[in-house]
Amino acid sequence: MMDMATFMQHITNGVSVGSLYALIAIGYTMVYGILRLINFAHGDIFMMAAYFMVFGIITFQLPWYLTVIITIVLTALLGMLIEKCAYSTLRDAPKTSILISAIGVSYLLENLSTYLFTGKPRAFPEIAGLAQTFQIGSVTMQRVSVVIPIVAVILGIILLFIINKTKLGMAMRAVSKDYEIARIMGIKIDRVIASTFAIGSALAAVGAILWGVKYPQVQPMMGVMPGLKCFIAAVIGGIGNIKGAMLGGFVLGLGEILLIALLPQLTGYRDAFAFIFLIIILLVRPTGLLGEKITEKV
Amino acid sequence: MKRFIAMMLCLAMTTMSFAGCGGSSEPAEEAAAPAESDVIKIGVFEPLTGANAAGGELEVEGIKIANKLYPEVLGKKIELVVVDNKSDKAEATTAVARLIEKENVSAIIGSWGSGYSIAAGDLVKTNQVPAVGASCTNPQVTQGNDYYFRVCFLDPFQGTVMANYAYEKLGARKAAIIQEVSNDYSVGLASFFVTAFKELTGDENAIVATANYNTGDMEFSSQITTVMAEKPDVIFAPGNFTESALIVKAARQQGIDVPIIGGDTWETNEFIEVGGADVEGCVMSTFFDENSPLTDETTKFLEAYKAEYPDKNVAAVTALGYDAYLLIYKAIEAAGSAEPQAIRDAIAQTTDMAGSTGLISINAEGDADKNSAVIKIVKDGKFEYYDTVVLG
Repeated sequence: MMDMATFMQHITNGVSVGSLYALIAIGYTMVYGILRLINFAHGDIFMMAAYFMVFGIITFQLPWYLTVIITIVLTALLGMLIEKCAYSTLRDAPKTSILISAIGVSYLLENLSTYLFTGKPRAFPEIAGLAQTFQIGSVTMQRVSVVIPIVAVILGIILLFIINKTKLGMAMRAVSKDYEIARIMGIKIDRVIASTFAIGSALAAVGAILWGVKYPQVQPMMGVMPGLKCFIAAVIGGIGNIKGAMLGGFVLGLGEILLIALLPQLTGYRDAFAFIFLIIILLVRPTGLLGEKITEKV
Repeated sequence: MKRFIAMMLCLAMTTMSFAGCGGSSEPAEEAAAPAESDVIKIGVFEPLTGANAAGGELEVEGIKIANKLYPEVLGKKIELVVVDNKSDKAEATTAVARLIEKENVSAIIGSWGSGYSIAAGDLVKTNQVPAVGASCTNPQVTQGNDYYFRVCFLDPFQGTVMANYAYEKLGARKAAIIQEVSNDYSVGLASFFVTAFKELTGDENAIVATANYNTGDMEFSSQITTVMAEKPDVIFAPGNFTESALIVKAARQQGIDVPIIGGDTWETNEFIEVGGADVEGCVMSTFFDENSPLTDETTKFLEAYKAEYPDKNVAAVTALGYDAYLLIYKAIEAAGSAEPQAIRDAIAQTTDMAGSTGLISINAEGDADKNSAVIKIVKDGKFEYYDTVVLG
């Protein structure tokens, strides 16, 4: 059987994967909460952010802290650009049309980056010694594994603060309730939606930077699986709910790692596990773990 | 609300099934060719995008150099038609179908990754177009298929070579396996290693742990933790270069310094680029070493390669791509015809053809009789020659 040290190592691995999922899932859930739109391009925006890091540090030789800022800004702008071109023009169309447009954007980004950056994987640059390891007892972990949960929780709190306490947040909540009425009430909904996308994409950028430190390989399809997994995490937690997305991310990450740890022969079904888990949650609790409190909706 | 989420889910799943279809397809090369009858078309299907893109690209480099040195046969120009199989088994069959049905190629070269070759095997057989694999080492590629040939050694041999290395050079008595479970090449090679290693140690329980992962996975910490709980002396982890590099990285990040060894697919620049300092000391078997030329053809190939890519080291799969082209070229010459059936028969009769990776003779199974492998080690960010192994 598994000894304590091995078990603790698995738990550490799980928490670190889970908080990474959580970080990306809050971006998903936020856009959904406000626009009722599953932004399927989220995973690909995430991928583009990883490429921005590679180009900033390796190609242009910029210092890492500058590159991090540039990456977050560029990714936020990319999110706004996508919203402007692909979604804002469809604001009065049925929701399904916007969804299809989102899938289109996703393929566009994947193929564009395959064409521009080739399909070959690039190495993600090392930043600030985050990839180095240290030991607590018999458990070895990377520094980034500690940083990820902290960043995820802090960003989650900041996001909740923005939504619940600021004027922009109030406008966002109004738009999420009914944007027609919000528009009549004098809220500039275009600006509110653009900022939603900017924040959501910036979160994807932070996720991509930490993801890259942990799994230092960048390629055009890298956003597909994390995108789907974090979508699942968001639904498990109750889509539209930020706390739920964080919880969903943790549960999914830990669950996946423990599946591999306890039933190694089922490792090949790791991705299937995520989907089966989703189906079970939807059957038992269709609104997700924390989805019932309507007031929590951003 | 329920209905809405259900609808979203349906869409999510549809997206899933399309997820593999991303990536642009390579347009046919050199479109402006002379009239149909004046050219002989040779199809190439390789992974040019997706997880195995780097491997496919290396092979295509070799094929293109061969085409440059041997551009004409029987007074006709040879045209290469390169298609992308997108590192996907289903796409591999589509790519080959396109080569056969639309492009009417006389012969086919490919593919890096045994799984893609196996997937395309039936098409090649039913359409009776000969195919030559450059570096697909799984036995199933040519088994029971009279139209599939190859110029490299096979995995039973490679598995034995690496088991010998682990047993003799590393003094390992307990080994662990980490395999890419969705990859025929990886699973096959791992099982041949297991058989050979058990035989060497005389211990039925010499393999203490086996862990699986999927193509495209990035998270390996739990597999490493599981495997290390059994305290192996060595980890054998054949598989795609990027995932393998991340496995080694994940192990080193947990402070594990057990030797990790692999197979021929590791020898790509991306393995070192992604793995960085962590892959130093990794050992793999491969086909060829540029510093010990085997035939005049080796020298000819190396000169042309260095002229084209002055800064790059020659990868073994590039040399094999060259040889795969040469095998078809010589067969067309010997047959005096570009009819697929005639080419197939001529390939089957090839004996002692001088290729860049040594003399190639095709046996009854359609495989090249090869009994030597090169072992390379990663040192200072480069693949360095370590040893040549010849097995009787």
